[in-house]
Amino acid sequence: MDFLPTLWFILIAVLWGGYLFLEGFDLGVGMLMKTFAKNEKQRRVLLNTVGPVWDGNEVWLITAGAATFAAFPYWYASLFSTLYVPLTLVLVALIFRAVAFEYRGKAHTLAVRNAWDWAIFLGSFVAAFGVGAMLALSTTGLPLNANGDRVGGPFAWFNMYAVLGGLAVVAFCLIHALAFLGLKTDGDIRARAARLVARWLPVALTPLAAWAVAVVLLNRSVVALAPLGLAVGALLFAWFRARRNNEGLVFIGLGVFLLAGVAAIFTAAYPNVLPSTIDAAFNLTVSNASSTPYTLKLMSIVAAFGLPLVLAYQAWTYWVFRKRVTEEHIPEAHNVTPIV
Amino acid sequence: MDVLEIARWQFGITTVYHFLMVPLTIGLGLTVAVMQTAWHRTGKEEFLRMTKFWGKLFLINFIMGVATGIVQEFQFGMAWSEYSRFVGDVFGAPLAMEALLAFFLESVLLGLWIFGWDRLPKRIHLATIWIASLASIFSAYFILVANSWMQHPVGTEIVDGRATMVDAWAVFTNNTALVTFPHTIFGAFAVAGGFLLGISWFHLYKRRQAGIDTVDAAGKVIVGESGTLGKNRDKVDYQVWIKSLRIGAAVAMVSFMGVALSGHAQAQLMIQQQPMKMAAAEAACHDGTGFSLLSVSDLRGGGATTCDNVVGVFEIPGLLSFLAHDNFTTEVKGVNTLLPEYQEKYGTHLPDDPMYGERAGSEINYLPVMEVTYWGFRLMITLGGLSAVAAAVALWLTRKGTVPHSKWISRLAVLGILAPLGGNSAGWIFTEMGRQPFVVAPNPSFQGIDQVFMYTAAAVSPGVSAGEMLFSLIALVSIYAFLLVVEVVLLIRYVRGGIGSAMPELHEHPDDGDKDTDVLSFAY
Repeated sequence: MDFLPTLWFILIAVLWGGYLFLEGFDLGVGMLMKTFAKNEKQRRVLLNTVGPVWDGNEVWLITAGAATFAAFPYWYASLFSTLYVPLTLVLVALIFRAVAFEYRGKAHTLAVRNAWDWAIFLGSFVAAFGVGAMLALSTTGLPLNANGDRVGGPFAWFNMYAVLGGLAVVAFCLIHALAFLGLKTDGDIRARAARLVARWLPVALTPLAAWAVAVVLLNRSVVALAPLGLAVGALLFAWFRARRNNEGLVFIGLGVFLLAGVAAIFTAAYPNVLPSTIDAAFNLTVSNASSTPYTLKLMSIVAAFGLPLVLAYQAWTYWVFRKRVTEEHIPEAHNVTPIV
Repeated sequence: MDVLEIARWQFGITTVYHFLMVPLTIGLGLTVAVMQTAWHRTGKEEFLRMTKFWGKLFLINFIMGVATGIVQEFQFGMAWSEYSRFVGDVFGAPLAMEALLAFFLESVLLGLWIFGWDRLPKRIHLATIWIASLASIFSAYFILVANSWMQHPVGTEIVDGRATMVDAWAVFTNNTALVTFPHTIFGAFAVAGGFLLGISWFHLYKRRQAGIDTVDAAGKVIVGESGTLGKNRDKVDYQVWIKSLRIGAAVAMVSFMGVALSGHAQAQLMIQQQPMKMAAAEAACHDGTGFSLLSVSDLRGGGATTCDNVVGVFEIPGLLSFLAHDNFTTEVKGVNTLLPEYQEKYGTHLPDDPMYGERAGSEINYLPVMEVTYWGFRLMITLGGLSAVAAAVALWLTRKGTVPHSKWISRLAVLGILAPLGGNSAGWIFTEMGRQPFVVAPNPSFQGIDQVFMYTAAAVSPGVSAGEMLFSLIALVSIYAFLLVVEVVLLIRYVRGGIGSAMPELHEHPDDGDKDTDVLSFAY
């Protein structure tokens, strides 16, 4: 077993898990802006539950991408170039979403705010769907030739796993965001979110569970049955707690479901990092796609120091902003009036 | 246009655009941290207002840097997959470290700073802006280590056809990185200095124009107050602008000196590491010592591997030798000397390998586009120098406490914000275009590892079609153009709103504050 590449495969799975867990609720909150919030005050409450933290959450994506580049250049190159068009859309989505978060409140009219809300909604949706599709395809395979380049046209990657993965992440983000709002707000929003979680939780988690089951079956992985079992257990636990309205436990249940699900998917895919659907001989694996032991060792030292530090100060941020945000907390909007 | 050309335009446009936001983020971040420290230390109201006002503009700009930064990381894999495969083992590491050690810190701590005014103890809140802005500088270091490795690949060996890292210390202390880092950081502070100077000038001029501030017989300022236009045009307001102006001018001047000194060191390395880039920067066909002030050629004659139609019109003898070698006599090699050297060393034609696509077997042009390198180099120096002179003049003109009552100088001051930005862009375009036809430049003078190089023609993604590349280029360019308008409109609106735009509490009645203490001090 290649120890260092395997370690980095695990670390990259951890980074994706961390990304989906953290940005999961802010992507979901973004999607709820247009579907759940009833009025301008509620939209601002939603926005401010993630306001101080969304940017830090997004860095998990950047780190996952850069770590893949550093640790598995061949995986990074093949995956990103093959999915050229969908990733372009993800980039456009992330650009608009980020800018809209910051600029929405600076708009002077409700019409312009509404336009930025659409940017947040669509940006969150496309980013969630695209990342889900990318991860699903990375774990089930892409049409790659011996050099790791795409065989076929710009949409040769498209298949049902892309749709399943996209749906899985979108649905998870929505339910995760509702559970998050249960912890972060009060009043009407909190009550409605709790009802929706109790009703829709099993439906929302099914696609992600199905993706995990599919990867486990495709690879006939026995080891992955353990995290898969844990994920299913967490799903049932979260559902049970949702019906009893234990908001904190629901959120924990969802987190365990996600992380166990991601663990099951990556464990089952191992040692492939990106299978080829053309020929199994072209599969990218932890051994043939990775960087040299020298680089991986250097990166391991950096990660051993850096990752716990990130977790520590990010956790502290959530502690600082632990107070619930309600409609009463939202200050009046101020238009900027020119003095010159 | 084929895939390679579209990919190059895309990389160039997205990178230059991203680097409009980055220098302002780096320069203004630390400046705001210093302002908040001054407030913390002295308790003076003007420093709080400075922190809030410049902090607001900083954030409007910061988010655009964040949004466009993700494109930078993704496009290596998307558009340059062969490059990513070849260099990933070395080049990926600094990028991953940037994300994990620097950008995380910057993003998380900035969130704390923005929303933390009433949630954190004052001292800790002050620390958040310091850590965030230092992290952005740390971030620049990692990115420049990656870029410098493309200019001067060290610490590396070729194993199985790809570059592998053998000496991390060499990569992270690459002499190219060590001179590029201060050059870039000083360049960023020059941008921040010009920004402070231009905007403060505008406000001081408007105060004079409105008759709020006047001057006495000796030209010394008499600061007034305006009760009619809102509270923020009081005497504290004046303090904010005059202090910001003079800080900005000082920062711009010091930065220029830093830029010039580090640039001098860069040129001396460049002459060893990439002699062709230096020759192309001078449009110097023949060996010589002179720095060209004006050279002309029939432009359409270019593109071929010749350098015969450039005519030096005016040059300063000895200056180029001083830049390159610290004396006035050592000759600097010209293009006509270097071309045969390159051809002998790296061949006259690209290998007949499918990785070069349509270009396999074609003739290699070792000469960068000289119109770009020559004018890029001069534009960089000219704009940088102009900013420094303008900053010195600004300090002189404001020595009696306010700006002259002149609309034209005020307009020039505002326009001057663009000069250091343009200088930064010109410098980067010069250094990246001057590296062509290589994406990873070879090291002519370092024996042993000079096989570490890559032609740009081999770097592009083989599996991506021209149609896809064009789609993303058009999509990104239109979005970037739209968002640039949005950002500039917002910046102008907040500038025209003055300090009150960043401190709405100044407009309100402070007396009835008690009833809603639960309201967030800042919310989206």
